[in-house]
Order: sequence, then structure tokens, then C-alpha cells
Amino acid sequence: MTYIAKPKLHHPALAPNGLGYLRRDYEGSVSTLCAGCGHDSISAAIIQAAYELDLPPHRVAKLSGIGCSSKTPDYFLGNSHGFNTVHGRMPSVLTGANLANRELIYLGVSGDGDSASIGLGQFAHAIRRGVNMTYIVENNGVYGLTKGQFSATSDRGSKSKKGVVNHDAAIDMVSLALQLGASFVARSFSGDKAQLVPLIKAALRHPGPAFIDTLSPCVQFNNHAGSTKSYDYVREHNEAVNRLDVIADRKPIEVDYEPGTTVSVTQHDGSVLSLHKLADHYDPTDRIAAMAYLAQRQAAGEIVTGLLYVDPEPGDLHGALGTTDRPLNSLSDAELVPGQAALDRINAGLR
Amino acid sequence: MTAPLSAVNDFVVKFANVNGSGSASANSMFAKSVLRMGVPVAVRNIFPSNIQGLPTWFEVRVTGEGHLGRRGGVDMMVAMNPQTWDRDVAEIEPGGYLFYDSTKPMPASKFREDITVVGVPLTAICNAAYTVARERQLFKNIIYVGALAALLGIELEVIEQLLAEQFEGRERLIKANVDALHMGRDWVRDNMAPLGLQVRRADAVGDRIFIEGNQAAGLGAVYGGATVCAWYPITPSTSLAEAFTSYCQELRVDPESGKANFAIVQAEDEIASIGMVIGAGWNGARAFTATSGPGVSLMTEFIGLSYFAEIPAVIFDVQRGGPSTGMPTRTQQADLIGAAYASHGDTKHPMLLPMDPGECFTFGALAFDLADRLQTTVFVMLDLDMGMNEWLTEPFKWDDSRRIDRGKVMSHEELEAGRDFGRYLDVDGDGIPYRTYPGVHPTRGGYFTRGTSRNPYARYSEEGSVYVDNVQRLLRKFETAKSIVPAPELRPASGPTRDGVIYYGSTGPAMHEALGLFERQGRRLDALRIRAFPFSSEVDDFLASHDRIFVVEQNRDAQLRTLLMAENGGDPDRLVPILHFDGTPITARFIVSSISSLMDATQPPGSRPLREAAE
Repeated sequence: MTYIAKPKLHHPALAPNGLGYLRRDYEGSVSTLCAGCGHDSISAAIIQAAYELDLPPHRVAKLSGIGCSSKTPDYFLGNSHGFNTVHGRMPSVLTGANLANRELIYLGVSGDGDSASIGLGQFAHAIRRGVNMTYIVENNGVYGLTKGQFSATSDRGSKSKKGVVNHDAAIDMVSLALQLGASFVARSFSGDKAQLVPLIKAALRHPGPAFIDTLSPCVQFNNHAGSTKSYDYVREHNEAVNRLDVIADRKPIEVDYEPGTTVSVTQHDGSVLSLHKLADHYDPTDRIAAMAYLAQRQAAGEIVTGLLYVDPEPGDLHGALGTTDRPLNSLSDAELVPGQAALDRINAGLR
Repeated sequence: MTAPLSAVNDFVVKFANVNGSGSASANSMFAKSVLRMGVPVAVRNIFPSNIQGLPTWFEVRVTGEGHLGRRGGVDMMVAMNPQTWDRDVAEIEPGGYLFYDSTKPMPASKFREDITVVGVPLTAICNAAYTVARERQLFKNIIYVGALAALLGIELEVIEQLLAEQFEGRERLIKANVDALHMGRDWVRDNMAPLGLQVRRADAVGDRIFIEGNQAAGLGAVYGGATVCAWYPITPSTSLAEAFTSYCQELRVDPESGKANFAIVQAEDEIASIGMVIGAGWNGARAFTATSGPGVSLMTEFIGLSYFAEIPAVIFDVQRGGPSTGMPTRTQQADLIGAAYASHGDTKHPMLLPMDPGECFTFGALAFDLADRLQTTVFVMLDLDMGMNEWLTEPFKWDDSRRIDRGKVMSHEELEAGRDFGRYLDVDGDGIPYRTYPGVHPTRGGYFTRGTSRNPYARYSEEGSVYVDNVQRLLRKFETAKSIVPAPELRPASGPTRDGVIYYGSTGPAMHEALGLFERQGRRLDALRIRAFPFSSEVDDFLASHDRIFVVEQNRDAQLRTLLMAENGGDPDRLVPILHFDGTPITARFIVSSISSLMDATQPPGSRPLREAAE
């Protein structure tokens, strides 16, 4: 974490977005992570996505837990309120924040230690509750801040920098999210910005629990031979099922792919996800098939990336609870406090 | 031979039942019928951590003088549980009464010579009237209520009215219950004379209401403007969240849209519960959780975050017997220190200490103003005794001109006008900084909330002086809290004295009864009921003006006394612990005997000649 603000100077030729904001307006403080850290690429992708989507920066609430990844919300969207909570418990804080004001966009950023080890329970329950959020796990398979211990997403048989072999089974967060009912599930790679930015854009526009598992190599502790989360390993084993374009409104889609190789999914808010299929027959709206496909490719040692599943008409927690359309934090005294007349009735029933 | 007890509107009836047998509603109806005759009652449910089959007791103190604490002792035992027969019979006061089902003969050795045995063949009456097993079980309870009414002089019309209210619109059910009631009454009328214990119509209840503290606190949360409740089931707090839910459904559904002006989530555990509360509080909604000691233990990391990052939260801790799983269905006041200092590092948290359901309501609402004003976790410390038993209390009142106090929140307009915003900047000298709600302004007022050290403008800092300034400011804020939490309530003795007593929470009713008894014995004790932590200046004054102060608590380790010593410099030699912690509610008898024997045995330490009252 840093208190060094970035200089406000920028190139006069930079283009403002639809709201008149420059890309610079979506940046945050200077990162204190290691040079080459995958997490910084993800922060840059978040900045790019928010800029391209014309999001009012202050209408995003960014929340995180504890760890290298959880520090990053300080490094993007500097005008947004951020909350660096406690280890593994960001999902519950985000859930409460979302209940208080359903009009903000909630972005949860976490790591594999934060979400797969100490916070696995909260991750699972926030997903199954259907909290409307974008939940990004910056997955490097290792504890960085405490210097190189395995995390729960480390693959069995992978080797630590010190040469220790991991004997525990890995938790696959994408499979979990699919099983628990996330209505948007993707996997990407911090080194593939062209794939990651559209996925983040689509997730931010998705009105339900959207999960993106982002492989994000740790240059310091998990980028060596024998690691399954290194830049080289991920590049060699990456199998993208599709390429995504997000079209904010119902505009005609410019298809420059071969006919029959593109699928479109229109989300509830009117945004259109145009997917270029890279794997034959992959249908991103079929949850069961997605789970089976993932399991097959995983067994073959491949890392499947892309938009793996999307439900274009998802529900969310507010819908389940039947809460008012207005933010709960904006209700007036008259709407909240029933007054003496109601108490008189209650008193009368208690005698 | 001991003479049978004789009393009007002043006796204790205890029902011994098997839980899950449907006795609870019959017993509650018995208590309410006495109330409807204008005679106060104090009831206590004594139940196991179990759903069906274990012993359960229901104690009804009929108290014309309005003593709402537990009295201790049993004048009449309604022994409906063979498992506990021996101990139930043994518990009856000499001269007392034993009511039992005489269908099956009992050997003489099972009774006592110094009590009056009242046998009513309940099972035989039931079996003659009903064939379905469940009916036999349920109506047996109503039959004994009818029999007791005849024995104790309770007006049958009053019970019939209660049945009509309970089963409103279900005429067949009302008739069936009234028939059963009459069976019991008729058998007693035909075979027995009324007992020496009698209920006589009076006018001592007034307009008071009869309600559980948990229900009152849940209603208080509605009036306090809470919109988010996240909770995890745990005895004895569960009925608080459930009461909030049902009051919200009644009072908080938007009449036009039919949508909820509240959000209630049963979380996966207590950690997630408090996490959601803190997330909602951070985002400007009033939020709470209800739990008990084990839940507070789990929440402590988040409570520290709330303290250090300064996020409002309200926790209702309905205390039960600890430590660990302890006695989950018994009462104690044993979470005081755990709550006051919850979490690692230097932390402390305000606590409200309601005495009865009336204060559960008022403090339940006030807690949200205090949490917003102080931007921290505020505990409301109930206990099982007041939380899960219906107590007689003054009717709830609300000042309709009262407005929600959201504390120091900087608005969009103020930010737009260029007002300086430092999230942790003490601009008013009271230790309380301004906050902003997320999303308030496109370019101003945003900040990064964290549990790590930071400067007054919320930027990360591990600078020693910056850290010290911040935690010293938190102490100033705690000082500010002293002047805005509920002040203690003083009950001076009838004349000057250097002896005092300090008490709090559900000890209140028993203590008030004990104070009357002390006066009758000629013992003078000034009494101070503490209603909140941190302790205000009135507590310092009380400590300074008494040579010996009995501190009466329902825990083993004298936790409030420790807080008085640690926080207000209370002299351990002058603070004498009086401790009751077996899981049953404290009684006036216990207080009087403990304090009297100490007063008779010793002189107050460092006693000085009495000076006249200061005024």
C-alpha cells in the first residue's frame, strides 16, 4: 500500500470517454507490488474496463480482503470508496454494503489465499446468495506477503521456489463458482489483456454474481520451472474457449469472424456479449456442459480460459429478499420509524 | 405438622413438565390469567438445550406487590414430569402444595408429610374424553389449568377470554379448549376445596405490558431505523432477530410497492453476520446482529476493525452461561469484559445495559444513534433471563418529534462547497471525525477504509507519531461517549450512608425488592444502577462518596467490578463482589442474605465518620 499519489499530469491528446473522464481519472495510487507482478496488469485491466464502460468512478465500491491482491484496490479507481477489510471476509462486507445501497457497482478483489483458504466459506456463501458483484480472484497459487507458502489453489505436484512439492489437492474456484450458482463465470490470465478487459467489462455489467478467476503469476515466489502458475506454464497450457467483445447497448454487432463461429448473449441491461468461439461446440449458456468440459480439459492438463458460463437473466439477493428499489441507506425517518400510533397498537396486543 | 401455607396474591407456582409436550402455552395462559385479574406476575422459563423429551420448568411468581425478580422457593409444585419428581417434591417449601396426576397410584414414600398433596386424575379424565393420543396430551395441559383455576381462585371467564383471543376465528378450537378447561374445573369443584393460596382480583398491573426482552429489542431496532440485520441462530438470541423480522413485515413493507424497506440475511456464521453489518454500516445503512457469547468470540476480529476503521455497528449480546458452550439455556452476565474489550490490540467498546424489556426497547433504538454518532460498535447487553422471559414492563413510548441522529456525515453539498474532508481528522475536538457515504461525490470525499494505521486523511502510514495521534484521538472519542450514553440511575437510601450497592441489567428487579427489605431491616444502602459503559461522571461520584460498595453481578469473576477498577480507579478494597452465577436468575433473598451477612460480620474498610449528605 502506498501514500504516493500519481502525478496528475497527462498527455493533452488523450481521449476522454463518454462521461468526459480520461483514463487517468480511473487510476489510483502508485502500486507497491513487485515489478512485473501480474496483479498490476489486472489493476490496469480494471482501469481500462471502467474507462471504456463510461462508469462514473465514484459509483463503484471496491472491496478486498488481506494479501498482495487485496492491496490493489488502492491502485485503481482513486475516486471510488474502497474498503480493505479483514483476511478472507471481504464477501460478507461486500454483501452488507450491497444491501445498504443497491445502486453502486460492487467490485470485490481477492487472492487465492484470501478466497480459497481462509475465506472459502465466505466466497461460497456470497456466490450462492446471488450477491450482485464482480468478484475477481488474482490467483497466483502462493502466499506472497508471507514469502512463498503454497495456497489452496496450488496444483498437486507443483513445486515451490524452495523445491517443496505440494501434496494437497487444488481447489478449482471456477468449478466451485459454477456449482454454487454464479451467473457469470470466467477465467483469464493477467498476461492476456485483450481477453481480460472485455471479461471485466462484461462482469461489471452483469446484474448478478460474476466471478473471474485470473491467473496472475507471482514473479517473486511462483514463476519458476515446476510451478503451474508461472507465466511460461500458463502460456503453454492456456486453452481459450472464446474471445469476447462487449457491446454496451443493442447496436448491430460487427462480425468479422467466420459465420457460425460467433454467439451473442444479450444481458438483462441490454449489453450484448459477442463471443467468438475458439472451441468447437462450446456453449457458454450451458452450465452443466461447462462443468463437464472444464473437468475434461483440466484432466488433460490444460487451463481453460474465456467466458465459461453466463446466465443472461440472473437473479440477485435483492430480488430474493424483495427489497425496495431505492438504496436502504437513503430511506427517510418517516419510512423507517413507525411512530407512537403503531406502538399503541403493539402495546394493546401485549396486555 | 407444618400448617399449610396461606397467602393471597403472593406465592410461587412452579410447573414441572417434559419439553415438547405442549405445556408452554398452557402455562403461559395460566400466568396471563393472573395478570388479567390485575395481579402482577413474574415468570421464568427454565428449559434444557433440547427440543423434545427433557425436563423443563415454568415458574410463576404471583406478586401483588409487583416484585418482578425471581423470589426463590416454591409454594406449589405442579409435578407433571415423573423424571424429576423427587427433586421437584423436595423443592416445595414446608407447608406448600404438590399438585399431581393421581391417575396412577404413587407409594406414600414419594410424598412428604409437611406438604399438602393435591391429586387430580388428569389422565383418567383425559382418557374418558379423548381417543387421539396427541389430543390427550395437549388437552391434559388445559385440564390442569382449569383445575388450578378452581383451586387458586382464578376467574374462569378470564381464561375463556384468553382462549377466545388466542384462537380467534377458530370456533371449534375455542370450544374444545373451553370444554377441557371446564373438565378440570368441574372435577376440583366436585371433589375438593380451594387451597390456602389464592389469587384475588386487584388493580396492580395498570397499563403495563407483558413481553420478552428479545422481542422488545427487535422492536427497538425497528424504531432505531435499522434496515440491515445479519444474524446466525444461537440460543438465547434467536428470537430477537425473529422479532425484528416479524415487526419489519408488519411495519416496514412499503404500502405502495409491497417491497421491503429492510434486508434480513441469515448468514453462514457469526463472522459473516458481523461482516455484513460492518459492510452495511460503512455504506450508511443502520445494521445489527444478534448473538450470544460464543458469537461475540467469533466476531472479535471484525469488532476491532469497526473500532479502528470507525464503522458503526450494533451487536445485541443476549448473554448465557459460559465459558465455551457452557450452559446455553441458562442466564448469566458473563460477557461484560469480553464485549468491552473485544478484539486484539488496545480496543474498547460502548455497552448499553438494559434492565428490562422496556429498556431493551429504548436502548435497542438508541444504540443505532450512538453507533452512528460514535462511529463504532455499540453492544446492547441483554441476558437470557430478560431476553427469553416475558416481563411486565411499562408500555412502549415514542416521541414522534424525535429524528434519527446519523452523526457526522459530510454531504455532497458540503464537499461541493469545498469543505476540507479528512476521514480521521478531529475537527471538533471530541475525537469524532467526519465520514462520507460511498458514492457521494465524483471527485471529493472518496477514501480508502482499512484496518491498518493511517493519517488523518486516511492515507496509509506506519509513522509512530501518526499512529499515536490516531489512537489517542480514539481515547478522546471514548471520553465523549461517557457523556452521551445513558447515565446511571441513583436510588438513595432513606438517610445518609457510606454504604452503597452497584448493580445492572436483569439484576434490577431482584435488587429493587432487596432494597425494600434492607430498609425494613434498618440497613441503609445507596443504590446505583449502571446503565452503560464507559461509566459517566456520576459513577465516579458514587465511588468517591461511599466507603464500601457491594457490586452485585451474575458472573463468577466480578466483571463489572473489574471494569470499575480498571477504567475508573475503583478501590478493590472498597468494592465488595456479590456474585450469583449458577445459571438461575438472581433473587432478592440471595442479595439480602449475602449482603446482610457481610455487613454483620465486618466493618466497612477505611470507614470514616458519617458526614451529612452533601446537599
